[in-house]
Amino acid sequence: MPIITDTGFAPDDAPDLIEADDLPETGERLTIMLPNDADPSALSPAFNRITLIVVPFPNAADGRGFSIAKRLRGLGYRGHLRAQGHLITDQYPFARQCGFDDVQIDSALAARMPEELWLRAKTRAIPPFLRRA
Amino acid sequence: MYRYDEFDHDYVRSRVAEFRDQTQRRIDGALTEDEYKPLRLMNGLYLQLHAYMLRVAIPYGTLNSRQMRTLAMIAERWDEGYGHFTTRQNIQYNWTKLTDVGDILDALADVEMHAIQTSGNCIRNVTADHFAGAAADEIEDPRPTAELVRQWSTAHPEFAYLPRKFKVAVTGSPNDRAVTKAHDIGLRMLRNEAGEPGFEVIVGGGMGRTPMIGKVIRDFLPKDHLLPYLESILRVYNLHGRRDNKYKARIKILVHETGLEEMQAQVEAEFARQMREEGGPVVSPNPEHIAQIAAYFAPPDFAKLPAQSAKLTKAIATDPALAAWVENNTADHRASGYTIVTISMKGMGDAPGDATTAQMRVMADLGERYSHDELRISHEQNVILPHVKLDDLPEIHAALQKAGLAAANAGLITDIIACPGLDYCALATARSIPVAQDLSQRFAEPARAKAIGNFTIKISGCINACGHHHVGHVGILGLEKSGIESYQITLGGDHTETLAIGERAGPGMTAEEVGPAIERLVDAYLDVRDSDDERFIDTFRRLGADPFKAAIYPENNCAAA
Repeated sequence: MPIITDTGFAPDDAPDLIEADDLPETGERLTIMLPNDADPSALSPAFNRITLIVVPFPNAADGRGFSIAKRLRGLGYRGHLRAQGHLITDQYPFARQCGFDDVQIDSALAARMPEELWLRAKTRAIPPFLRRA
Repeated sequence: MYRYDEFDHDYVRSRVAEFRDQTQRRIDGALTEDEYKPLRLMNGLYLQLHAYMLRVAIPYGTLNSRQMRTLAMIAERWDEGYGHFTTRQNIQYNWTKLTDVGDILDALADVEMHAIQTSGNCIRNVTADHFAGAAADEIEDPRPTAELVRQWSTAHPEFAYLPRKFKVAVTGSPNDRAVTKAHDIGLRMLRNEAGEPGFEVIVGGGMGRTPMIGKVIRDFLPKDHLLPYLESILRVYNLHGRRDNKYKARIKILVHETGLEEMQAQVEAEFARQMREEGGPVVSPNPEHIAQIAAYFAPPDFAKLPAQSAKLTKAIATDPALAAWVENNTADHRASGYTIVTISMKGMGDAPGDATTAQMRVMADLGERYSHDELRISHEQNVILPHVKLDDLPEIHAALQKAGLAAANAGLITDIIACPGLDYCALATARSIPVAQDLSQRFAEPARAKAIGNFTIKISGCINACGHHHVGHVGILGLEKSGIESYQITLGGDHTETLAIGERAGPGMTAEEVGPAIERLVDAYLDVRDSDDERFIDTFRRLGADPFKAAIYPENNCAAA
């Protein structure tokens, strides 16, 4: 499951993920899986104990993860944020603009959409509204 | 009018290149059809019954003569010599070849136009009052707001993959010509008691198979808060809108199932959170740019003119066709001595909204010469010259007559809205255009149309209601029943600020039966109305549906007798 960053493919760092529902009351450097129908604000008391939140994208047409990311960042989460699942290269800039640090896809998708396509997507034009902000 | 800056130019150009690249990746197999389709749609390209259809945005319906000429050129060069103006202030080309699309988009970019987000599950072309900046009854020009919303929503990273499409309309006048209550979000500009500008925000209106009247979610939203508030509504919708059933995925269903109060609470909580965020709301446009947008829509330099035109009065006295056209196809302008002209695209037997290349060029010339280089497309599928001197009306009328565009029927029974229907559309279940053509011929006699007065007929060729049938005084919905087209008539709809959804009159009928049924209905109305001034919709409200149902279905009366 390669990870896509602004500099290209990176190997899977394979962290063990805890379901957001099962968030332990103690413990540091937690790595969390937050389903895209869960309420991100439930995690906010634990933000300083979390180092990674992974948000699944079940299919490329399901954009809930983008709003989850914006809400997490709006709530003050500053840790690592990863979009995982079915995203296409055209969505990479959207994921970054919404606050994701990187994207993780499966190997079959990575074979169909090689690294160069993801690197090229990074250079997609930024809409004027964001350039003027 | 808004002019692109370097950022806009760059962006629209690069989207053309990007779309070429996306199409190439589909051909190469990097993208599956399911992955490519949303990208294609977000660039305005549909696969129709016979060909690809390209839907080009005319943001808030405003364009200049150069842009209109380019639309004509595209129709001539890449389509079959005409285009179809839609109820959402777009133009559709129904005979596009996939291999030409990149070149068409480039031609559009040359004149600051595009097809971005005219389809797909994203925020669509923003619509506005087609009399914006001209109407005498206007509080404020809605177009700077509509332009801001267009810019904010273009490639919005968070809202490109919504549960379903999302439509925003803006009006700056208490007389709602933008059907704001039938949009996902409707914005009505107003001022509060302190005189500060803001919006009434309406949410969850819509047509389609489940028509709903939009509900007020915020009575008064200060103008500066617009974008964070829109982000809040959209975020709640993106997170909670249904994705299990595309027919229940619009925000109207979410509002309905959640309840307005709970929806309001969620939106306000999201909004409060955004306003608290460090450094104020994240989405706060650059104030300089807002001022720049507003400056682009500054009113043109109107000449100081008397309220009446002696020249026009004289011309009308000897030209009854001109007189009828001026009476029906002009509206009050804010500047003395000026008027707003509606060019009807509904001549006898025309397909509503269709314009030929030659007609588009004539209209471009008239806009350039007589209307401060501005034209508008209305949701009624007509073309508007917004700033015309009363003195110039005789010349304009003469030019329109030559081009076959002088139908004097704006707002009358033959000013019919119709979707493309089964003649073009892959979704349609029945034809719309032939029904519209039949009705326009039946009521073609000007004296009769005048006697009937304001009367809206709106026709959709399927349940998706692109022809706005729910809000027609008389709505006609074409369905398919065991392989045969079947038309349902609805009564009592209203597309204005008193928006109402029509009620079904009775069982469906064949295409051939529609015309006679509407004639009986109209005769019954003329029979029972209080006075010549009582519009059909007013008579309907006074008497209810029964007398009209009886006229549509006379056989039922016999059975009851």
